[in-house]
Amino acid sequence: MGSEAARLERKSWYKRNEIAATPWLFLIPGILFFSIYVILPIFQSFWISLHEWDGLGEKVWVGTANYERLLGGDRKFEVSFWNNVRWLILYLLAIPAGLFIALFLNQTVRGIRFYKSMFFFPFVLSQVVVGLVFSWFYLPNDGLFDVIMGWFGVDIKGGVLGNPNTATYGIIAAGLWPQVAYCMILYLTGLNAVDPEQVEAARLDGAKGWKMLWYVILPQLKPATFIAFVVTIIGALRSFDFIAVMTNGGPFGSTRVLSFYMFEESLSEFGFRMGYGAAIAVVLFLLMLGFILYFLYSMWRDEREAR
Amino acid sequence: MHSIFKAPLAALAASSVSIAAAFAGSHASSLSGELRIISDMSNPAPRAVMEGLAAEFDEMHPDLTVELEIVDREAWKTQIRNALSANPPDVVNWYAANRMLPYVNAGLFMDVSDLWAEPEFEALASTKGAMTIDGKQWGVPYTYYQWGVYYRKDIFEELGLQEPATWDEEVANCQAILDSGRKCYTIGTKFLWTAGGWFDYVNSRTNGYDFHMALARGEVEWTDPRVRQTFDNWRQLIDMGAFIDDHQTYSWQEALPFIVDGEATAYLMGNFAVAAMRDGGLDDSKLDFYQFPVINPDVDYAEDAPTDTFHIASAAQNVDAAKEFLRFVTSADVQTRINSGDALGQLPVNAGSSIGDDKFVQQGFEMLSNNAGGGIMQFFDRDFPAEMASVGMEGLQEFMVFPDNLDDVLARLEDARQRIYQ
Repeated sequence: MGSEAARLERKSWYKRNEIAATPWLFLIPGILFFSIYVILPIFQSFWISLHEWDGLGEKVWVGTANYERLLGGDRKFEVSFWNNVRWLILYLLAIPAGLFIALFLNQTVRGIRFYKSMFFFPFVLSQVVVGLVFSWFYLPNDGLFDVIMGWFGVDIKGGVLGNPNTATYGIIAAGLWPQVAYCMILYLTGLNAVDPEQVEAARLDGAKGWKMLWYVILPQLKPATFIAFVVTIIGALRSFDFIAVMTNGGPFGSTRVLSFYMFEESLSEFGFRMGYGAAIAVVLFLLMLGFILYFLYSMWRDEREAR
Repeated sequence: MHSIFKAPLAALAASSVSIAAAFAGSHASSLSGELRIISDMSNPAPRAVMEGLAAEFDEMHPDLTVELEIVDREAWKTQIRNALSANPPDVVNWYAANRMLPYVNAGLFMDVSDLWAEPEFEALASTKGAMTIDGKQWGVPYTYYQWGVYYRKDIFEELGLQEPATWDEEVANCQAILDSGRKCYTIGTKFLWTAGGWFDYVNSRTNGYDFHMALARGEVEWTDPRVRQTFDNWRQLIDMGAFIDDHQTYSWQEALPFIVDGEATAYLMGNFAVAAMRDGGLDDSKLDFYQFPVINPDVDYAEDAPTDTFHIASAAQNVDAAKEFLRFVTSADVQTRINSGDALGQLPVNAGSSIGDDKFVQQGFEMLSNNAGGGIMQFFDRDFPAEMASVGMEGLQEFMVFPDNLDDVLARLEDARQRIYQ
């Protein structure tokens, strides 16, 4: 006994606490960089948002003045906010669209791999390229879309992207193209994992068509749906590239979203109002925090159930 | 005999050289070390000019090494802040007037009033005002260019039209052009600033240069009846359908085909657009230029002529060399050379320079020297503070597309004015 205790004592501190300490050792680099590059800037943004600062000179403390202006009837902010909401809602159309394309492609026909890769193709393109292609597609007079609308006698004044009533929807449609492909690939992998015995059993019980889809297939696709939901929400909040390429926020600011407005205020050619830009960033962060907490909660819940 | 004389002479010569050197300070060839320049002259022709300048200056001063870095012109508009605050170069490119203000306020540009006090700089007097903030000068100009109406001479001749001198003639011309199935003006307002050019001209012709600059300084309300008068005049053209349709979806380059193809007959633009129009096949028999017509006969002509500049960073390492470089680029013969037709193809600022034999450069020089008594504007986005310019140009674009929204636009601009200039 005594010799055992002596042997333990002779061991180093690390040896004695190996089980508890090792995970932390592995986590240290991650925690370090996550704190420096993610956590710290969040607090810095919040700090800057309480000042007026051009990025060069002295910061001037203004308290909550930036927020009062932002939330007290800044029209640009209101337009951006509602556009963000439009993006979030309409972008979710990518999930059912992706699902149906996946169901459609989930069959064994000659050359199906080729068709699948064709459908997946837009996701491989850079967002900038997709935006450019769509802005040509939407061109007034010469653009294909305008020509097609002309056959139906519909004339959109200024073209899709030049008309403040249609521009945001036009950009969302462009964004949906690659996003649908992404959801499709997620569902295609999900469909591979569907249990054929369950499908067989359901068929024996007389389920087919919509009932089969709703009660048998979809529940088994739940993990894929969750991931598709997460990436689509993130995609909707990352709409910056499309807007910058297709309309640059115009016409007269009608396609701005919060991230684009933040960029304009703080970093663009006529910007460098860091305090105000930071205030927008903080508001955007709080909005995203809602989604992040929801995702974390559902993941935590799933893990607990799985245990 | 000779040897006796020689020694004192040599000594005298030597001492006079050293005295001269002491007086001149940085002037003579005593410059040494390294001169770091960051330039935004990234388009092909300007780039060649800048590289030539750097090489020549390097050769003139054997002990001095000139290190030149050329940055994309658009990117430089946002990079200049970082460039000036961390490891700053000695000399940088920028723009005159209000665009200098943030850097002057932040102490990043060096006060070069001492250069402007030298007699040679009297030749640059025309732009001294645009380089002055708080009674000091913060940089030197190297080129500028005129704005005006570039029009299709062949179509004007076909329709029997003359260059208009008054607003009534302008409107009558436009009606004739519209009747022939064309548009009067091409414009691309996707990036907003082109609408600023129209506002500069209509407003300064309606209310005069002093009023326009007072508006830029935030001393006049945007809802003022005189501002409304400007918009009323402008609206006359909009209501006629004078501008091409859907201009909010085009950049200024994308608006060029309309004038090149003859679907529109004129373009209010800076002289830099001439090269592109010539490339499109409009030679001098098809393309011509006129000064924006008089609207209110009681006010003098004011012209947009944006000035591009060189500045010394306040943290420059080699100030002597930097100042000498500024003297070099403002000298009459250097400005003649860099602005000639095969170089920048623009106007030299130095009054002692001669100008290229290009038709448009000469017309522009004539106009700015003799027919711009009201004053020289630097352009909407340089005369107005940055935030006012961005809000303003967005409003101008909206007005051009939906003129009925004017009240709302003006109320918004007035809101912005009260906040920005406080």
